[in-house]
Amino acid sequence: MPGLGTSFGRGGATMALQDLANADAILIMGSSMAENHPVGFRWVIKARERGATVIHVDPRFNRTSAMADVWAPLRAGTDIVFLGALVNHVLTHGLEFRQFVVAYTNAPAIINDDFKDTEDLDGLFSGWDPEQRQYSPDSWAYKSSDPKVGHEDGHGGHAKDRGGEASPMAHDPPRDPTLQDPRCVFQILKRHFARYTPAMVQEVCGVPPEAFQRVADAYIRASGPERTGAICYAVGWTQHSTGVQTIRTAAILQLLLGNIGRPGGGILALRGHASIQGSTDIPTLYDVLPGYLPMPTFAGDGTSLDSYIAKHRLPRGWWGNLDRYIVSLLKAWYGDAATAANDYGFDWLPRISGDHSHFGYWLEMADATGTIDGLFVMGQNPAVGAPNARLARRALANLKWLVVRDLVELETATFWLDSPEIARGEMRTEDIATEVFFFPAAAHTEKDGCFTNTQRLLQWHERAVEPPGDARSEAWFMYHLGRRLKARAAADQRPANAGLNALTWNYRTIGPHAEPDANDILQEINGRRVADRSLLPGFHALESDGSTSCGCWIYSGVYPSPDRNRARERKGQGRYGQGWGFAWPADRRILYNRASARPDGTPWSDRKKLVWWDRANREWVGHDTPDFGKRKAPDYVPPSGATGDEALRGDAPFIMHADGMGWIWVPSGVKDGPLPTHYEPLESVIPNQLYSQQSNPVADRKERPDNPYAGSPLDPRYPHVLMTYRLTEHHTSGAMSRTLSHLAELQPEFFCEISPELASNIGAANGQHVTISTPRGSVVARALVTARMRPLRVHGRAVHQVGLPYHWGYRGLVRGDVANDLLAISEEPTVRIFESKGLVCRIEVRGPRSEVRDPRAEVRGSEVRR
Amino acid sequence: MITAFLTDSTLCIGCKACEVACKEWNQVPSDGYHFTGFSYDNTVALGHSTWRHVKFVERTAGVAAPIDGTAGYRSNTFRWDFSSDVCKHCSNAGCLEACPTGSIVRTEFGGVYVQPDICNGCGYCVVSCPFGVIDRRPEDGRAFKCTFCYDRQKAGLAPACAAACPTQSIQFGEIGELRAKAAARIAQLRERGIDDASIYDPQHTSVGGTHAIFVLRGRPEDYNLPSNPEVPTVHLRDGWSSAAVAAGLMLLGTAAAFFMQRE
Repeated sequence: MPGLGTSFGRGGATMALQDLANADAILIMGSSMAENHPVGFRWVIKARERGATVIHVDPRFNRTSAMADVWAPLRAGTDIVFLGALVNHVLTHGLEFRQFVVAYTNAPAIINDDFKDTEDLDGLFSGWDPEQRQYSPDSWAYKSSDPKVGHEDGHGGHAKDRGGEASPMAHDPPRDPTLQDPRCVFQILKRHFARYTPAMVQEVCGVPPEAFQRVADAYIRASGPERTGAICYAVGWTQHSTGVQTIRTAAILQLLLGNIGRPGGGILALRGHASIQGSTDIPTLYDVLPGYLPMPTFAGDGTSLDSYIAKHRLPRGWWGNLDRYIVSLLKAWYGDAATAANDYGFDWLPRISGDHSHFGYWLEMADATGTIDGLFVMGQNPAVGAPNARLARRALANLKWLVVRDLVELETATFWLDSPEIARGEMRTEDIATEVFFFPAAAHTEKDGCFTNTQRLLQWHERAVEPPGDARSEAWFMYHLGRRLKARAAADQRPANAGLNALTWNYRTIGPHAEPDANDILQEINGRRVADRSLLPGFHALESDGSTSCGCWIYSGVYPSPDRNRARERKGQGRYGQGWGFAWPADRRILYNRASARPDGTPWSDRKKLVWWDRANREWVGHDTPDFGKRKAPDYVPPSGATGDEALRGDAPFIMHADGMGWIWVPSGVKDGPLPTHYEPLESVIPNQLYSQQSNPVADRKERPDNPYAGSPLDPRYPHVLMTYRLTEHHTSGAMSRTLSHLAELQPEFFCEISPELASNIGAANGQHVTISTPRGSVVARALVTARMRPLRVHGRAVHQVGLPYHWGYRGLVRGDVANDLLAISEEPTVRIFESKGLVCRIEVRGPRSEVRDPRAEVRGSEVRR
Repeated sequence: MITAFLTDSTLCIGCKACEVACKEWNQVPSDGYHFTGFSYDNTVALGHSTWRHVKFVERTAGVAAPIDGTAGYRSNTFRWDFSSDVCKHCSNAGCLEACPTGSIVRTEFGGVYVQPDICNGCGYCVVSCPFGVIDRRPEDGRAFKCTFCYDRQKAGLAPACAAACPTQSIQFGEIGELRAKAAARIAQLRERGIDDASIYDPQHTSVGGTHAIFVLRGRPEDYNLPSNPEVPTVHLRDGWSSAAVAAGLMLLGTAAAFFMQRE
């Protein structure tokens, strides 16, 4: 989550769900929280019952809007304009929490003279390279800062969660605490968002000024020493070609209002599955190692451990410890084989040599260029759940082998048998050479293990029953697969196998199926002293000399002794439930909570006190574990030559950042600019009203014949806005819900939500079958005509939005067309996520499914005729 | 202890966890897979295979704003209310009174319970329920409805629906306490300016109050609840009286006919 990572220092929600109850206002945007996080939503309800104002800004009136005090519908894909206008409103009316902004953010920092804003360059920042279609962030740096290092090309953005890649920032930049200098961040920000006015919001988002005003008043009122506001978002913000920058805008707003690190203030990134936070902490991503350590690249930082550390260890701030974390990780993975002499096995780590992101390899597979022979699919259903799912299904047919592990035999495992392509005759089963292996998987009740939830909380779950039949856990599968691969490698001592041969792989196995002990795995993650294998109390005990091992430094402390698994503890106490589970890092429930106190260490107010300096005992105390040096006094000034955390002052709360500040301005790390800027979605119904630059210049459209786009702006064939989303009743691609009658009956058919106005325009009655098309394909769905959907007046015309839940596929108790066939594969520049909200589409009344023709079949037909 | 449900619609987020938890605990069969097009409600009504049912009420409250096709934000005149319905477990239960086999009994918790091993499928209870709750299963004709989780209550547990509710919209407890809670809740809502909030607990009619109390916004009819539910047996006296009068009149008529003939 680089949007949060670059702004605050860590890529995780800054607050806890329980803390929402302490908020005075909650802005839910880019999320239908009641719909998709109903259990967490209880804290929103609690806040509302205590008198907080709940605001929902969303294209659709959904379950969340129904529970909100204020709802404002906006056109999908225009969140930055709306949020930017809130920022502008704060700045022009002087509503910022001035003391917080001056003390705890980089608003006073002076920026390089050669920086040019999008306002000067019509939608581009300085540093744009039109040939490479990327930015050089040199001109975005703080003035007279250190040597610039630049963006690492191959990297995706997840490692930027560390912040500050392009410059080591060894010294403080010049600052203007009066915020008057025209080159200071505050003034640049003011100019940057000056045109993001309520009138612009009306023109672009379709939100009338009085509605905007209502949201602005309700939310901004919750700011200052006595009050706080929280922002909740989910993939309604991330799945855009400007996703990271949308979250950045929210971060800027929260920093200006002083809503970070304080009770009821913060940004809650709502994660969509049980352990999605866990899957970035201990990543399934190509560009990070556990604990947000960057994956080395082929050239540059990857030549040796020293060069890696030199590049990524920051001279100041917590990342000054990076050497301890990488060496301990290597010791955990390679054990005795990792020695100082061989760089602790650093050379055995893979290297990034290009775009190895998810979509990169799917496109390669679709091209059948022969680089990918096989694929493991676990806990995913790309035949239904992937953008441009049709491309995904065709890509699967180019594999030599495919392993699918899941609870049920889902669509991905049977693409060769009953996919729409087979049904339409575009693929024939006998032509598909892919060998498919289906392995039944154990459910979470059938295995021990750990989830990391949306608020960074590790919660242990215990096996209640043995998995049935051949079903096994992921850990079992990976462990035994690894064991067999290692046995093969041991017999073949080629250099290519050296890493595999060195890998430690000796977990204790238990039970009738030789299941690896999940406790053993969590202990490895927690870390040990190498000499006596004793468990470590936390990451402060990690060393860089190879004397400690640790599988993921941010989780260290979760298993401090053999008889204490803190993830398993269930005695919640106090305001944030300490004693129930374990929140990374070091059980801090509210991140950056040093900011809940004034620079001198006293609380901003009695009502909003959280952590404060106890003068008598000279330590930080309060309701939460301090996210700060326990004994670092508020008036601490670093001695010259200090490094790491000791180089940060006692009033610098954002300890991961080299300057200890919250970053309104991100000098480097976000690939499309130091500040957020509105660009229209890659497909849009109107021209960009702010700049002649229509869409994000750095986004990668991946445009090709099997991933085509509508003309933009305004392709007359596709006049409406389309968005996909989830319903409470189903889970993602539906594999876990369409197979259960109790869930399937609740939403039994694929449907689209349209307004009565659009329904009457196309002549559709409620419940009728309609066809929805994009350049990628078309699907048939039942029309749910509802006043909850309403047209917006945007850029002088009525814009209709079509809502499409994406839970259906060609297997299960209830079936339907695959909504994701309509999406394009595209990549946001920093995290390479696709755009699923704010596409364009056509909708028309059509007969039953068999009558629907495939647009590409027509193309093929015409080619044949030619 | 006499227990009850208090279902507070103002806290309901429409997640249907109660429906699913009920089905799972009680092993209630599927309703079938029918898209209704009626908001997000595809299970339609309480019945033999739906013992908890979440209603989705889309409505325009107050003065409707002009709909010009592009009105955009129309203030908060539009509302989408959710309410989880369930068997009312009436104090005077029509189904129980009508049951000729003794299959339907009142439990020690005050709930109305159908014993499936005694039910003979006569269906008298179905027409006797003022709320249309109890329903016969087509496969064997027997009647089914919410058991008030009698088995769970016996074991000291809250019913499955109440245990699953994430927002405490469904509360379970001693009936007196819940009635007091409901009254306090209405006072609180009124204080916040929610004037249309009311308690649904028809004590003034022949059902004599229910063991499923609701906090609603607007009229009960909006939630498909009768404002004056009556136990059918209250019509017995009228029915028998009318029959007696009719019989008397007929007797008189017959007698008169004979008398007239004599003349």
